Amino acid sequence: MTIGTLTPGSVPARSGGLRWTLADGWTLTRRSLSHWVRDPGPLIASLAFNVLIVLMFTYLFGGQMRLPGGGDYHEFLMPGMFAMTMLFGISLTTAAVAADMERGVTDRFRSMPMASMSPLIGRAAADMLFALVTLVVMMLCGLAVGWRPGADAGRILAAAGLILLLRFALVWVGVYLGLAMKGKEAVAAVQTMEFPFGFLSCAFIAPSTMPGWLGAIAEWNPLSSTVTAARELLGNPGWGGDAWVVRNAMTMAVVWPVVLMLIFMPLAVAKYRSLRA
Amino acid sequence: MGDFAIVAKGLRKLYGGKPALDGLNLRVPQGTVRGLLGPNGAGKTTTVRILATLLRFDGGRAEVAGHDVATQAALVRRRIGLVGQNAAVDEVLSGRQNLVLFGRLFHLDGGRARRRADELLEQFGLDDTGSQPVRTYSGGMRRRLDLAASMILTPSVLFLDEPTVGLDPRGRNEVWEAVRSLVRAGTTVLLTTQYLEEADRLSDRISIADTGKVIAEGTPDELKSTIGGDRIDVVVRDPRDLPRAAAAVARVSGGEPTLDDDRRMLSVQVRGRVGTLAETIRTLDAAGLGVEDIALRRPTLDEVFLHLTGRRTQSADGAGGEEKAGKGGTGRKGAAGTGDGARTEQEVEA
Repeated sequence: MTIGTLTPGSVPARSGGLRWTLADGWTLTRRSLSHWVRDPGPLIASLAFNVLIVLMFTYLFGGQMRLPGGGDYHEFLMPGMFAMTMLFGISLTTAAVAADMERGVTDRFRSMPMASMSPLIGRAAADMLFALVTLVVMMLCGLAVGWRPGADAGRILAAAGLILLLRFALVWVGVYLGLAMKGKEAVAAVQTMEFPFGFLSCAFIAPSTMPGWLGAIAEWNPLSSTVTAARELLGNPGWGGDAWVVRNAMTMAVVWPVVLMLIFMPLAVAKYRSLRA
Repeated sequence: MGDFAIVAKGLRKLYGGKPALDGLNLRVPQGTVRGLLGPNGAGKTTTVRILATLLRFDGGRAEVAGHDVATQAALVRRRIGLVGQNAAVDEVLSGRQNLVLFGRLFHLDGGRARRRADELLEQFGLDDTGSQPVRTYSGGMRRRLDLAASMILTPSVLFLDEPTVGLDPRGRNEVWEAVRSLVRAGTTVLLTTQYLEEADRLSDRISIADTGKVIAEGTPDELKSTIGGDRIDVVVRDPRDLPRAAAAVARVSGGEPTLDDDRRMLSVQVRGRVGTLAETIRTLDAAGLGVEDIALRRPTLDEVFLHLTGRRTQSADGAGGEEKAGKGGTGRKGAAGTGDGARTEQEVEA
């Protein structure tokens, strides 16, 4: 057995800079796309799970749900579900990051002359592409169960933009947790925590029906701002809250994700750098 | 430095105030294989991670392939390959897709990355299975793919951190063969291992590490005289024969046998190998002593340490939990089990 040689002189000397960060990031995004093609199981399961929740809340719980404003629960539910699927995305991100860490793939990347932040960029881009697919599937699912957006294309796109903005902020929460976590149990813990965070919002239930203090927490949940803004843009019924954070949902649907990004993006980058400590 | 591919001088690394490396020195001439042998916790993995730019260090100096590890990490990364304890490859992708991916990340253009992938798959004997997902690979195949990925840009220095942990003997041989061919191509190799046999077979020189320092260094032959050479174990049929057998074996070997009454076994260090074994068998036979088992073997790492430091390795109780075992492998053996790997020479039924 002889190994042919390829000397380092035959590749570009510089490996940093924006150009290589984007090029390497895209290479790693394509890696995730190849995963979807070769092993679509987990993604189909994730989509099926979201569809199942829609079916559950539409046909199982939906009959008993009475909105304070008297609106239709299907119409109320779907914008909540759109945001909820973005929240469920955290554990997808965390699991992918933690798997690379555990298998030593992250170490291989770090020992190679590639742009140092590209693994995080690649992860974020791949997760955003999947979030887009998820949102489209959820909208189709909504149409199938009778949800109708009462808005023009521009407003629908704006709502989708806000929902994806939330996902982009949550990507960095997921990356940070994935880098900080040790082992599969931790990923399962993240997955479990998504439910209380998601339910303690206006995604499924009107906060006005909760005890006062709990309702206030639900109103201030970042998820609620995105859901409320999306309901407004999509022309779907809300629940008629009049707290400041509800009246300014459109602004808060931008502010919250930006705040989350300002916290978790530097944390994730610092954590990634500190792997060298 | 010129002639040295790896230089570490007084390397120090603290973990939570405790030294993991405590002034480690290492000089590896270009084009040679250095075995870094030691028990869990000796600092082998920490050394490799520092030299491969994965970990910062707190004191000392390190150069790899002529570049300062602390200040020229990016240049070092262009010249090194790293094979860690886990086969760091993508399980979902095929072997070929893995190599193309890593080739692209080494900034080869698409066509060249694909050609290089095919070339390496063939050279590492993976061309038949190149399009299958890595999760269907055997442990040895994974490790070969891992090695191939480290060779995409021919590295001047290759770090192998316990490359055969969790592999069966066949997988181990596959990896050894691959490493030998890399060395023929001129690569300098730093190999960490807990197996004396592995260090012996692959290395030009061996450095023995303990508690963050190199405590002995030499060619395998030099070290063998330092660390006590091979040993013969004799198990007698009747425990009452043990003292007489020990006296006979002491005469033949010129060594002082240690006795283990419970296992009816005596163990002695020998200089000659097969000759001494044959003579021992003849002597025991002539004395009419019933022998159940007799074996010539390499000293275990534990015995080497007992010899060098006067104490047993800390992981002799089979702990070794601080470092992860390879996923899907059989798990890490404690240093106490390393005798199994070494005990392959001659086992003679008397």
